[in-house]
Amino acid sequence: MLNTGLFLVLSAVLFCIGAVGVVTRRNAIVAFMSIEIMFNAANLAFLAFARQHVDMTGHAAAFFVMAVAAAEAAVGLAIIIAVFRRKATVNLDELRELRG
Amino acid sequence: MNTAAAFPLAALVKATVVLFAIVGFSPVMTWFERKISALAQDRMGPNRARVPWLEKLPLIGGLFRFLGRIGIVHPVADALKMITKEDFVPDRADKLVHTLAPWIALVPAFVTFAVVPFGPDIRIGATIQHLQVANLEVGILYIFALSSLAPYGAALAGWSSNNKFSLLGALRASAQMISYEVCMGASAIGLFMIYGSLRLEQIVLGQQDLLWGIVPKWGVVVQPLAAILFFAAAYAETKRAPFDTPEGDSEIVAGYFTEYSGMKFGMFYTAEFVEMIVLAGLYVSLFFGGYLIPWVPAGWALTGQAVAGVMVPGFVWALLMLGAFLLKVAFFVFLQFQIRWTLPRFRYDQVMRLGWKILLPLSLANILVTGLVMLW
Amino acid sequence: MELALFVLFGTLAVLGSLGVVLSRNPVRGALWLVGALFCLAVLFILTDAHLLAALEVLVYAGAVMVLFLFVIMLLNLREEELGPRRFTPVKALAVAGTVYLGWLMAVPMWKAGRVPPAAPADYGTVEGVGMLIFKNYLLPFEMTSLLLLAAVVGAVMLAKRRM
Repeated sequence: MLNTGLFLVLSAVLFCIGAVGVVTRRNAIVAFMSIEIMFNAANLAFLAFARQHVDMTGHAAAFFVMAVAAAEAAVGLAIIIAVFRRKATVNLDELRELRG
Repeated sequence: MNTAAAFPLAALVKATVVLFAIVGFSPVMTWFERKISALAQDRMGPNRARVPWLEKLPLIGGLFRFLGRIGIVHPVADALKMITKEDFVPDRADKLVHTLAPWIALVPAFVTFAVVPFGPDIRIGATIQHLQVANLEVGILYIFALSSLAPYGAALAGWSSNNKFSLLGALRASAQMISYEVCMGASAIGLFMIYGSLRLEQIVLGQQDLLWGIVPKWGVVVQPLAAILFFAAAYAETKRAPFDTPEGDSEIVAGYFTEYSGMKFGMFYTAEFVEMIVLAGLYVSLFFGGYLIPWVPAGWALTGQAVAGVMVPGFVWALLMLGAFLLKVAFFVFLQFQIRWTLPRFRYDQVMRLGWKILLPLSLANILVTGLVMLW
Repeated sequence: MELALFVLFGTLAVLGSLGVVLSRNPVRGALWLVGALFCLAVLFILTDAHLLAALEVLVYAGAVMVLFLFVIMLLNLREEELGPRRFTPVKALAVAGTVYLGWLMAVPMWKAGRVPPAAPADYGTVEGVGMLIFKNYLLPFEMTSLLLLAAVVGAVMLAKRRM
């Protein structure tokens, strides 16, 4: 078994890539996908720590993260579709008014 | 994990054999399908593809005449046609994705078979070998995981072709496959509750017990509703008639592979046949006792067993079981062809309604009832 | 062997994630993400999380990403509708800030890691994780099912044109 530090550093790197995506990309769907990268980076950290302490609680946490991410994706994509129907754009910079 | 230790040679050999067996079966499947369709439509089927100069050979000429007459030469001609045809990529198509899509459709279909056990444990030298490429703990989850990737092939093919019909077909295909996957997974859960494992090997071995001393405890006996639901859902996953709305040639030309020709089209075609074989193999393993012959314990393949005073060695039993597996798979492939050529296509909304409003609630009810019965 | 796998799939996961962030075309981005998720599944296996690896492919690559792809195709977003590629000072600042943040995270992470002891036989298997979830985390599990139900209803409400 490898040093879990490798997995943890990789997870940090992936998390940052996702964060950069969320901050810099203006396409709502791409920003959304970047959030998924961040989720997965967190999951990797959970699993690495779980392995390090030989405690599967981290697996349970990652499991719940996946379930919540699936729910979030469904609702988020539905919102994107609803917004696209109204405004014909998914550019986050153009969606800046709170009126519907 | 003992996978790393047991990995090297045996696994490689098994993987290669299974891969080539499946590749080898797909041309036979095209022939089989043409013959079945001919049977269904009261025709002769392919019988004119001949190789004249081979038929003139002195000794084996008769064999080739026979093969030509029953149409076996046809798949060869088909393959030649596919390979030599122009490989057309539409203007303004996404070339990379367009080329990648057939591969994405083909590869998951192939590797799914890795966890399907096709024979009993046998003794080779001093070691005991599973006749299964990979005996994974997550077992059937692996199959579900890979079959959940199947929509990508269709979706990307349709999207990258830059064609409205293709896109429509792609949307239909991905929606349909996602919907039926849910039902497929849900209908198999009852089996896991009964056999207490996700390993396909364990599920198959669990089916060698006898109920009330006579009936083999096959999945179809203990989970009859699930057997029907699973078959319907898995069949819908292969996107063949009556579930072929993603292709729907009378509505949207050829759906997501409208813009495909030559070998790329051939790969989609092959993927479809491979999916059918995998479906049949999986279905047999889950519901029809896999490689088991009724009333014959799998252990006989290891020890051998005397029948009517004559000692039958283990490898004969193993071969018989392998034959039983192939026979069962062939039967379910045949059944799929029959359905394909008998039923007319559903309307798209009917496909969705069937999946979500009938099959899914039924499979959930099946889980509930199974749980209640097991508690009781 | 493990190190080689880690390096290979770790690199691929990073490349895939970069592909998501950098590619102009959302469909290509989604494909990159699917690739990255695959590599992550392999990395999960390297941490002996077999169930989670299968679920990663099943749930993420197989369901969530197909949904993404489906929506992208439904909205039929193409590159030209997204405007020219701009690189603003704000973006540069964001990248620099995140890299700094990453450094802050990575150093203690590396220090926290060590070579773990051997795992028991049921570690990360379907049985092990299942027992844990259904014994210790049954309430959260049931709550998740409620959450998913709420998400389903919400998604249908939002996306349906007419009620």
